[in-house]
Amino acid sequence: MRSLTQQPFRTAVLVLVWGWLLFLVLTPNLLVVGASVMTRDPGSFISLPLTLDAYRQLLNPLYLEVFLHSLYMAAMTTLVCLLIGYPFAWALSKVGKRNQVLLIFLLIVPFWTNSLVRTYALKLILATNGLLNNALMSLGVIDEPMQLLYTEGAVIIGLVYLLLPFMILPLYSVFEDLQEDYLRASHDLGAGRLSTFIHVIVPLTLPGVLAGIMLVLLPAMGLFFVPDILGGSRNLLVGNVIKNQFLDARNWPFGAAASIMLTLAMAFLMFAHRLSKRRIGEDGV
Amino acid sequence: MNRWLPRTYLTLVYLLLYVPIVVLVVFSFNESRTGYEWGGLSLRWYEALFNNRAMVQAMWNSLWLALSAATVSTLIGALTALALHRYRFRGKKVLNGMLFIVMMSPEIVLAISLLALFLLVGLQLGYVSLLLAHVTFCLPFVVITVMARLSGFDERLPEAARDLGASDFTMTRTVLIPVIMPALLAGWLLGFTLSLDDVVVSTFVSGPSYEILPLRIYSMVRVGLKPEVNALGTLLLVFSLVMLILSQWILLRSKR
Amino acid sequence: MKQTLLSLSNLTKQFDGKKVLDSLDLEIFDGEFITLLGPSGCGKTTLLRMMAGFEHPDEGSITLGGQDLTHTPPEHRPLNTVFQNYALFPHMSVFDNVAYGLKMEKRPKEEIQQRVEEALAMVQLEDFARRKPHQLSGGQQQRVAIARAVVKRPKMLLLDEPLSALDFKLRRTMQVELKRLQRELGITFVFVTHDQEEALSMSDRVVVLKGGHIQQLGTPREVYERPANLFTARFVGETNFFPGRVDAANGDDTITVDVFGLKRTFRKPDFPVKEGQGLHVLLRPEDIRVLAPEDEDGVAGKIVERNYKGSTLDSVIHLEDGTEVLASEFFDEDDPTFDYRLGEPVKVSWVDGWEWLLPTEPEALPEEEGTDA
Repeated sequence: MRSLTQQPFRTAVLVLVWGWLLFLVLTPNLLVVGASVMTRDPGSFISLPLTLDAYRQLLNPLYLEVFLHSLYMAAMTTLVCLLIGYPFAWALSKVGKRNQVLLIFLLIVPFWTNSLVRTYALKLILATNGLLNNALMSLGVIDEPMQLLYTEGAVIIGLVYLLLPFMILPLYSVFEDLQEDYLRASHDLGAGRLSTFIHVIVPLTLPGVLAGIMLVLLPAMGLFFVPDILGGSRNLLVGNVIKNQFLDARNWPFGAAASIMLTLAMAFLMFAHRLSKRRIGEDGV
Repeated sequence: MNRWLPRTYLTLVYLLLYVPIVVLVVFSFNESRTGYEWGGLSLRWYEALFNNRAMVQAMWNSLWLALSAATVSTLIGALTALALHRYRFRGKKVLNGMLFIVMMSPEIVLAISLLALFLLVGLQLGYVSLLLAHVTFCLPFVVITVMARLSGFDERLPEAARDLGASDFTMTRTVLIPVIMPALLAGWLLGFTLSLDDVVVSTFVSGPSYEILPLRIYSMVRVGLKPEVNALGTLLLVFSLVMLILSQWILLRSKR
Repeated sequence: MKQTLLSLSNLTKQFDGKKVLDSLDLEIFDGEFITLLGPSGCGKTTLLRMMAGFEHPDEGSITLGGQDLTHTPPEHRPLNTVFQNYALFPHMSVFDNVAYGLKMEKRPKEEIQQRVEEALAMVQLEDFARRKPHQLSGGQQQRVAIARAVVKRPKMLLLDEPLSALDFKLRRTMQVELKRLQRELGITFVFVTHDQEEALSMSDRVVVLKGGHIQQLGTPREVYERPANLFTARFVGETNFFPGRVDAANGDDTITVDVFGLKRTFRKPDFPVKEGQGLHVLLRPEDIRVLAPEDEDGVAGKIVERNYKGSTLDSVIHLEDGTEVLASEFFDEDDPTFDYRLGEPVKVSWVDGWEWLLPTEPEALPEEEGTDA
């Protein structure tokens, strides 16, 4: 082949990259797909025959309840992040350029810092005799400590705390691109604030909203250490189920099937995001 | 619109984001054992940390892992970015898509798939499995960082170098690499930090032979509050912050 | 006396099934300033990149002084390029940029130092050696790019639209400077441009390209005054095309042509003519004479547009049959206020012998339209 002899460097790079991705991304994922349709085996984790039992087990009321609860918490997390993040990103895009650099920096700090440590820091505040309860009691708002830790609310607070920047950053980038002129044009054509918001701002920021949902909803189902630290045993995420099946219960087919559900959710969200970008004439990634 | 309303709102959200971090840092200097009351300034938890032999070992393990994972992923990531940027080849879109999926997919999906692979090929869980896993999840971030730099890169520069007598290799060494150096450094720092902070993937692919810091913290914080964790967390936060500032500084300076 | 330096023969290149160069032959002489002129997509840049070694022909060969270069990589070709946006290495100082090529040749340090200083002096940038490219103006960057290319003393300098990023005034200055450099260095310059004025004013010879074919190769004067075909005539300068019909081929090497009912006698053209045949009579705007309406000679029309251009008065005249005529007249010293009113009736004529005849061609494809002049 011409390319082999003429461009040894190019060939070497492509072999290395493809090799890495095929061996450490494609093969492992195929293994998971394979494991999900096999039979549970206590000795070697999985064995033949092929079966769809694992997927049937997903519908088992016991697990279904866990999944729906996890989905509920993830959805609440996403909703709260969106409600806080949307006006936040809007306000941020209006700040002067000089301050914006600093404020953006403050937003990416969480991305670079240990999320486990930050979850733990939250525990300091939410604990029964933690700072929040102490503060509220000394202010006389409450008489006795509230149970904050090990509740559904604590898990959602933890997830929001960790994932809020991931909602804000894509929203900020669409608000940055949103030109004042569109709004002026809309007002000029007689639209009020509300209809400008509905007909101009929302459609133009939709790709950012969907990107934010994608970046928040998926981790909100997978970050198993958040319930471990803040939620107790009753508020589990899909991530906890997968982890338990793989590391403790040793039911690989079931864990694999649950993880494939997560992957499908991701595929769906990515598709929606692409679609929304195409609608406003941008090339989807 | 009102001027102070958005500002107040921004300030409030930033406060919520940073209060827990500040609390953690303040309490790491707390003399008191119970993590809730202020018992005076003290460095006793830092001392306890460094007197704990296993803890210090885990620190070194983590640093070494992060160092090697960042280096390997920067190397492969930079080459990948160069290949994506310079060459036309079949499957380019597939390659791009795979990297994007690695970046977007929940960490836990990556984690179990790698665990399955390592068990299948009989790889002992430890440093090597951790390294392979960390390089894999750092890779897309490095590729993106370097690609961003390359996209602002004048296509004619490599040609100018060739025109003036440089071979492909010499051109890469004297022109391409110096120009993308800031992105390489930034990518490396990001990889280092991602590796140092990772909990999810490491939970699955580490073995008892190689204990790393995040997992040690994880086992400590699952049950109750440990004042040493405040100190350790503070150290990690400061460390990551320095890395971040360094990387932003490098990128900003190169843009000038 | 004119020695061939670079010879291109039968060069053919396709990109994605589209022919960019179509069995093109060209000889470039030693020491000449030759310009590749054409609209975008005509193949001129591909041709230049092939000379430099960045593209390889599908067919054909390139030889330099008798040596086959067709498959030689760019780093081993004794020619250098000045790139469109200069392509200065952003991480190196001006000095290091210029020294780069000499370092690649592994020249001794003292020699590099001396030659770089010379090259910078030549482009009047001695004092800027320590600066980085981004600290220079566009014109200065341009000069660094030239110094970087000529410091290697190439046999040939390839310039890819080097002036297109500069503003009008600076472009003029650089045109003069490039000519001076070429004279002083005695190197062959191959210059690519889409600007016909630039091509005419700088070159010894101009190659007019379209669709991967050479349309015409000649001196600027030949290309302007005796265009080989309608494309060249349209692309280089402005031209009036008058429809003519051969009335009689006379014995004495002249023909009589009917133009707008005027019977004019022209020198017989190079192409064969027979009675009754249609042809184009080409007249540049400056060849047109605008006469008073009562004049016997000429074709009647009226002024529909007038543009004061400083040294000339340009006008558009509508003839009675609807043909538009461009005329460009110099101001007469005796009548500095000379001007036209819109709608003013005039007659149009020209001095015999200033016309140029071209045969009619099958109607041009629409892609010819909209070419930037």
